[in-house]
Amino acid sequence: MINESFLTSRLDAAVGWARKYSIFQYPFVTACCGMEYMATACSHYDVDRFGAGLPRFSPRQADVLFVVGTISQKMAPVLTKIHAQMAEPKWVVAFGVCTCTGGFYDNYATVMGIDTIMPVDVYIPGCPPRPEMVLDGLMKLQNKIQDEHTTGNRPAPEPRPETFEV
Amino acid sequence: MNSVSLIDLVTEHFPDAVTSSHTWRGDQTLVLRPEGLLAVAGFVKDAPELSMGFLMDLTAVDYSTFDNAAAPAFFASSGVAVKPVSRVPDEHPWPGPPETRFVVAYHFYSLQHKHRLRLIVPVDQRQPEVESLTPLWPGANWLEREVWDMFGIRFRGHPDLRRILMYDEFEGHPLRKDYSVNKRQPLVQPINQQKG
Repeated sequence: MINESFLTSRLDAAVGWARKYSIFQYPFVTACCGMEYMATACSHYDVDRFGAGLPRFSPRQADVLFVVGTISQKMAPVLTKIHAQMAEPKWVVAFGVCTCTGGFYDNYATVMGIDTIMPVDVYIPGCPPRPEMVLDGLMKLQNKIQDEHTTGNRPAPEPRPETFEV
Repeated sequence: MNSVSLIDLVTEHFPDAVTSSHTWRGDQTLVLRPEGLLAVAGFVKDAPELSMGFLMDLTAVDYSTFDNAAAPAFFASSGVAVKPVSRVPDEHPWPGPPETRFVVAYHFYSLQHKHRLRLIVPVDQRQPEVESLTPLWPGANWLEREVWDMFGIRFRGHPDLRRILMYDEFEGHPLRKDYSVNKRQPLVQPINQQKG
């Protein structure tokens, strides 16, 4: 009952509101989706309207990890290290179909979706996704941040089914 | 310099090293014995008529599953099977796949004469090794490392034959046809398979 009291729920709403409009993103750009990320970030679509206009190129200063582009098996340890370096609360956006599922790179070199190696909050599929889709994903992430209970724990990521031999 | 004369020129100088040749629409190819590669490559680079200063590409082919599939059918857009389109008459055709499993292919270009030449060296599966061309073309260094990484073909005399694309923990050579399509060797285990 205490968690649901008026004061804490108002506090949660205020903290969520503050967080969702001050997203400091870390763009982990590895492939062609980066062009679309840049298009979204620039003035034409202007991601700054959503409070996400300042990319931080240090994971320790970032709230949201944008994984933009194909992640190879060789790159995976780097990505997990970047993710581990980010301070809580942190969110992960899978940008583009390669980070969502591996895309058409069903081969020896590519991670079949970054959700096999880290929890993902928002998936933005597309090859590459249009800036409108990116903004839609960003707003979905904002809703998620708003609704998140600041005093609660983040739910554990759902395990993926085993789809390939290792 | 016309297209046949490059082949003739090399064959004249190295009658023992050249086993066969073919031409496809002006692109000329020489198939060499492995032991003759260094001599021919040096000649191709330094002879003033050839002066191939640019090693454009160096790669390998795994022929172990070549021609196993059924012959391709040709279909018109209506779905009706049609004969293959008539081709340019092939006066100097490809003799077919090699007897060995691998070949290493070298593509040269002469910036001076603006002509191209391809050298092909068959590589035996039991001892996949050819001479390195890095002393002649420094650009061969990384290309040979890539061929080692992807096909497991070693290059004698290479200064630093390490993997270049895959990580050191990777086992096998992924572009070999016997490397399973579904085989994965992740460095980070999938979270649903991590212990604890």
